Amino acid sequence: MSLPVRVATLIVAFAAVVAVAIFIVIHYLLAGPPVEDFTSTASAGQVNVTMQTDAQTTVTDKPDWVTYFIKNPQTGQWDHTTLFKVPANTRVNVTILGFDGCTPLRNQFWGQVQGTIGGVEYLNGKPVSTLNSWAQCAVQHTFSIPGLGLSVPVASPTSLQANNNLCSTSPCTSGPHTVVAFSFMTPSKPGVFIWQCRIPCGLGYLYGFGGPMQTFGYMTGNMEVAA
Amino acid sequence: MTAASEAGQPAVPAPGRPEPRHGLRIFLIWLVASAIADPLIWFLLGPHMPPGAMSSSAAHQQTTINVMAVMSVPVMLFVLVYSGYALVVWRHREGDEEDGPPIHGNARISATWIVATAVIVLGLFVYGTVELIAPAGAGAGEGPTPIWKPGGTPLQVQVIAQQWVFTYRYPQFGGVETPQLVLPEGQFVQFNVTSLDVIHSWWAYQLGVKADANPDVNNVAYTKPGQLGTFRVRCAELCGLWHGAMTNVGYVVTAAQFQSWATATETRLAAVTKNLPPYSTTYDANAISTLGKVPTELGMNGAGGGFYGPQVPVQP
Repeated sequence: MSLPVRVATLIVAFAAVVAVAIFIVIHYLLAGPPVEDFTSTASAGQVNVTMQTDAQTTVTDKPDWVTYFIKNPQTGQWDHTTLFKVPANTRVNVTILGFDGCTPLRNQFWGQVQGTIGGVEYLNGKPVSTLNSWAQCAVQHTFSIPGLGLSVPVASPTSLQANNNLCSTSPCTSGPHTVVAFSFMTPSKPGVFIWQCRIPCGLGYLYGFGGPMQTFGYMTGNMEVAA
Repeated sequence: MTAASEAGQPAVPAPGRPEPRHGLRIFLIWLVASAIADPLIWFLLGPHMPPGAMSSSAAHQQTTINVMAVMSVPVMLFVLVYSGYALVVWRHREGDEEDGPPIHGNARISATWIVATAVIVLGLFVYGTVELIAPAGAGAGEGPTPIWKPGGTPLQVQVIAQQWVFTYRYPQFGGVETPQLVLPEGQFVQFNVTSLDVIHSWWAYQLGVKADANPDVNNVAYTKPGQLGTFRVRCAELCGLWHGAMTNVGYVVTAAQFQSWATATETRLAAVTKNLPPYSTTYDANAISTLGKVPTELGMNGAGGGFYGPQVPVQP
């Protein structure tokens, strides 16, 4: 093999390795759900965030994973993400459309609303401070930000019929669901706060806390508080 | 070195000049260095050694670390002094190609070495063994049937770990559960540590208490808080995505403040407390006997997370 051919082969092989490395970095390491930016929509010290919970994620290759969706504040479309950005020192009014069915809490303590303004959530318009997920079909997920002491049980449809006829295509636009609303204040300093669900809803995974429970875009995410 | 070495080299004594007593020199240098270092460690560094002295367990751990440091620093200094002395006094000099004299068969040095090291190692073994159990288990988890218990009636605090948060139950205050950990100063506390899911490890750093939190296991640890203030709690067992965020702050308050806090918390959380299962040293989330009609009809029998309801579109 002549020298030019050997040099060309070496260059091509090196370029191929670099290309593979770049592909891996872009498609696997840097890939992630989008961040919904609510900072530009704040008005009078308040911002409105709308989410929904689904029993499935038919928009991805994990159709049996439970998930959150967040409504894009600019387009009004449901985006498959759990990352959002809100301003500091602002009242965040959260509305969650709960399209999933009930699951018992492993720790009934998280049936209590904690850290919201007034210590309540509004379930279909009525204030509620505690839900009993064992005695009734009452809770489907929680929205918990440990760093803020916030934990809100997301109420579920209560009847057997509703739970057997849940929406099966995500993002859901119809079907049995609850409307849970609550408000909390963001801290005065910027930072990133993780949030998670405390219901063992990662079905089929260890103790129900694997899979979607530990994956951004499904049942856990970040709330970025911007200055 | 011998007189046969070339003249003019500083380390080679001239004929008629006795060889310096190197051993005595080294011993005196080491003695002075140790006499300076050990008090500095004990009195200056000692009070700041981890984990502090916030509780009986922490104070014992700090004392143990100080004892180990005071014992080990002279050993380290001996190595450094000997090496430094050898580098300065016995360094190779130009033209000196002679080997040093062979040293063997010195029974006194051998006996001193063996006896000294044996005394140090066996002494530390006994001391360390005693400190492993004093006081009341040294702040470590002793399992469900602890051998070393404090006297009197300790305050019962149940530590409940789950992904990714610790909560605390006070059975002597109506079984109230709270994310806050508040302890009274001057009273022994019995921690009953368990988990609702995977394995965790509950580590109250400044209290010197660390106990594995395993599902279906009650791991008992004791300590007596001795200083008012705050302490950091963290999980010390990799337990999933947010293991690193599984922390909280605990508080040691006066006995009166604790009574006031506990009573107020019991009242404040009464609504959720009545929904909790009866106090138990462990909890089985896979079999909840009080599940309601609809969850049961949906095929659930617990909160184990392993069931699949009819709403799940894809079964594994």
